[in-house]
Parts: sequence; structure tokens; C-alpha cells
Amino acid sequence: MRHFTFERAKSVDEAVKGGAQPEAAFLAGGTSLVDLMKLEVLTPLRIVDVSRLDLQKIEARTGGLVLGALATNTDVALHPEVRRRLPALAEALLSGASPQLRNAATVGGNLLQRTRCAYFRDLATLCNKRTPRSGCDALEGWTRMHAILGGSNQCIAAHPSDMCVALAAFDARVKVRGPQGEREIALTDFHLLPEQHPDREFALSPGELVISVFVPTTAAAARSRYVKVRDRASYAFALVSCAAGLELSGGTSGRIIREARVALGGVGTKPWRSIEAERALAGQPPTKDSFRKAAELLLAGAQPRRDNAFKVELAKRTMVRALTLAAEGA
Amino acid sequence: MRLELRINGSVRSLEVEPLKRLLDVLREDLILTGTKEGCGEGECGACAVLLDGQLVNSCLVAVCQAAGASVVTIEGLSSSALTPLQRSFVECGGAQCGICTPGMIVAGQCFLDSGAAATDEAVREAIAGNLCRCTGYTKIVESIQHAARETR
Ligand SMILES: Cc1cc2nc3c(=O)[nH]c(=O)nc-3n(C[C@H](O)[C@H](O)[C@H](O)COP(=O)(O)OP(=O)(O)OC[C@H]3O[C@@H](n4cnc5c(N)ncnc54)[C@H](O)[C@@H]3O)c2cc1C
Ligand code: FES
Ligand code: FES
Repeated sequence: MRHFTFERAKSVDEAVKGGAQPEAAFLAGGTSLVDLMKLEVLTPLRIVDVSRLDLQKIEARTGGLVLGALATNTDVALHPEVRRRLPALAEALLSGASPQLRNAATVGGNLLQRTRCAYFRDLATLCNKRTPRSGCDALEGWTRMHAILGGSNQCIAAHPSDMCVALAAFDARVKVRGPQGEREIALTDFHLLPEQHPDREFALSPGELVISVFVPTTAAAARSRYVKVRDRASYAFALVSCAAGLELSGGTSGRIIREARVALGGVGTKPWRSIEAERALAGQPPTKDSFRKAAELLLAGAQPRRDNAFKVELAKRTMVRALTLAAEGA
Repeated sequence: MRLELRINGSVRSLEVEPLKRLLDVLREDLILTGTKEGCGEGECGACAVLLDGQLVNSCLVAVCQAAGASVVTIEGLSSSALTPLQRSFVECGGAQCGICTPGMIVAGQCFLDSGAAATDEAVREAIAGNLCRCTGYTKIVESIQHAARETR
């Protein structure tokens, strides 16, 4: 590891001040930052430890849930109101990493975790995310784990988070505080597409600290599921995942989708919400046929590469499965 | 930085680099070499310890984050005799080369202490973050289930 200074923030204001200094990084659970610093992929000059700030609370309000930036992934996943009002989020978190990682990982850290692209993590290869304008070895490389949606000629790294997929589907908003004060960012605007600047990953300015995440809990959220497909039954990043929620009207025979929510993971360069697919589902009966049509629509623009063409069909099937489970309400 | 850790019940005061990994502090500064390093990247769980009662991978914990906290390592699970879980690993063949064993036993103990029913699925999920290159897991799962029957 390179040299850096270390400070433990005693208040949010102190953290923001420290974080606004050049080349500063916040430290929360450390499961992503400590790893990337050891690999020297990240070389901050100043570490601002925010892990002791009073931001652990999970609050169930009338219209939604407020997740403190330092609530652990375990605490959120096991919270009874999260499980009841937004089961897809609990399932997404429990499908991520392993028990010991979830115990340390926080909401804020999960939002800001970096891609698991093997080229990003390996200093011996070229990566535009790590070193702007240096080139991307993934484009012609081993692409099994890479994105099929939202890539550019500079970067095709997949976004790794499960939690963010569930949050994206249900209109979560991220509250941040920076030197300029407090503001809210829609989760779907929080992560940036790579375009010509894959090194710019988040809609955050220097010093902005995530304070909390608010997720409205709607009828579709209460009837939501998360399905993750991976190379082994547990403890692996998604090949494809899907968060889906449905609000249905009518009796059991003539049910109609009043509102649908869909986001995919493992396939996009950011958590992949599809308003288009959701619109296509609204007003339709909750059948395999309507689900499949919406999935075809969502994946129509997919750009698979040499090793990941299988993700196109897998994503469609995963989406149909998640919507089917949501419709069953199990 | 100067910090205090409660290690296996006794308070130790240390002068360390704040981002030194808890794993290295345990092994190098405190000579508690029961905790192993496998991958160093959070994948294998060989370095698992309890931090304030929570199972974590010590290779991804900066020691500053553990300041003032209580840490239990494999050495701290029992002061002299083997625990029922350790005996089960011996009796059921849950250990071969032994590299994963300390992490498996800490994770397994954490599971037993949770009181959850020791179904195949629950035990496998509890040790999902602990990789073993030797046993094929079946005997590890049996060891944990054996200990659950013995102690509950
Ligand atoms: C082996 C392994 C397997 C994994 N598997 C999965 C998986 O299957 N699914 C999945 O979703 N994730 C997975 N993860 C990733 C894991 O979820 C993240 O590492 C974790 O969520 C990061 O949280 P943290 O608190 O430890 O973050 P840190 O490591 O402390 O921080 C991560 C980043 O966030 C920034 N940050 C932290 N808090 C804030 C804040 N409040 N405001 C602003 N910036 C902040 C830090 O500066 C840093 O850049 C895995 C990780 C490992 C090591
Ligand atoms: S050494 Fe820590 S998880 Fe492998
Ligand atoms: S006994 Fe050898 S790795 Fe598990």
C-alpha cells in the first residue's frame, strides 16, 4: 500500500470537510476500499474513517424506508419492515457476498462499490476506468462477466451490486451532504454510464457523503422478488439478476397489472432499470406471455460480446422468473 | 496510532498503522497465528473472526475499525479443552489440510450460537463464505450438525 494520512471523523461536518480535500476517500466497512488499496487500484492520500458516525439507523416511515448510510447489509436484510414492505431488497442483500462480508458491508459502501471487472483490478492490464484514456483490455478480452447493456467503446464493465438493482427498481433516492449542503439524487441517476469517461462513476462531487437512502414502499414493492443467477448456488456475483415488483388489480381470474417495476443486474454498466419494460407490462395480464414480451423489449438493444451472448437469453428468462414469482406473491 | 483491542477477553494496547489489516495485527503483533490468510481478498473466509460478536473477514478489516472492539479468534473459543464443535471436526473428519479449519470453526460456532435449526441448507449458507479445497464440504457440514445435536 502507498502512504496516506488517516483521520476518524467525529461528525458528519468533519467528514465532509476531510472528504473534500484532494484525493481523499471515506472508509466505512472497508470490504471494498481496503481490498482495492491493497491491490493499489485505489491510492487515496487521505483516509477519512466515517464508520463511527451515527448513521446506522433503519427507519420505517409511513411512505417508505430510510436506510442509514452505515446500516450494515445484514441489518437491512434482516429488518422485519424491509422484509415485509420490500422483500426484493432483503433477497438482493442476502444473495450478495457471504455472511461475514454482509456483516461488515454498509449501505453507503455498497452504493459506491467498484466494478469487479478483472481488468480493472489487475494493474498489468489496460483500463480506462482506472487510468483515463489508457485503453480497455476487456473489449477484446475475456468478457463472460461483462455488461451487455450500457457499454461504450471505452468500457464494458458490469455493475456488481445486488442491493442497487433492488433500489433502482423502486425509486430509491440517495441523500448526500457535501460542502454545498444537502441534496437528493435519484438512485437511477447516482451511477453514471461509462460513455467517454468511464473513470467518472458516480454523480457525486468531492466531499459529498452519503447520509441515507429513502425507498418509497408501494404496493408493487410489497409484492416484489429478487432472482439472481450465478455460477454457484451461493457467494458469487450475478451473471444476471432481476428485481421485479407488481401491483395487481382484479380477482384471481381476471387479474391485470396496474403497475410493474423491473431492474436487471449483472448485465448493465449500471443497475439497469427499464421504464420501457414497465410501461409495456402495465395494463397487461400477469402471464408468462406478457412477461416474455416485456423481456424481449428490454433486451432488444443488448450488445453481447464474444463470451457473454448467453446473458441475453438468460436475462429474459430471469426476468420472466422474477415477474412470475412476484405475481404469485409468494 | 495507539488503540486498544479486547482480544479473546483480555485488553491489549497496541501502536499500529491504522489501516493495517486486523489479520496481520493478529498474526504479527499478537502472535495469534491460528487465524489464517488464504486469499487476502475476502473470498475464502480462512481469516474469519468475531468482531463484537459478528463474523467478519479479518483480511478486509482495517485495524482502526476494530479500535475499542472485542475480537474473538479461534484461540479464544476455548481456553483448554476442545469445544464440542472442534471435537466434532476431529470425529467426523471435518478437517484435512487444516487451512480453512479455523475460519470454518469460527463461522460454525457463530451459526451454532445463533440457535438456528441445523438443516443442510442453513449450515451450507452459514459457511458460504468459507472455502475448502480438500474436504468437499460434506464432512464439514456433518461436523457442524453433529455438534448441534451434541450441544442442543
Ligand atoms: C469476495 C466478495 C464478494 C462480494 N460479493 C458481492 C455480491 O455478490 N453482491 C454484491 O452486491 N456485493 C458483493 N460484494 C461487495 C460488497 O457488497 C461491498 O464490498 C460492500 O457493500 C462495500 O461496503 P463497505 O461498507 O465495506 O464499503 P467501503 O469498502 O468502506 O467503501 C467502498 C466505497 O464507498 C465509499 N463510501 C463508503 N461509505 C460512504 C458514504 N457514506 N458516503 C460516500 N462514500 C462512501 C468509500 O470511499 C469507498 O470508495 C462482495 C465483496 C467481496 C469482497
Ligand atoms: S484471507 Fe480473508 S477471506 Fe481469504
Ligand atoms: S481442509 Fe484443506 S482447505 Fe479445508
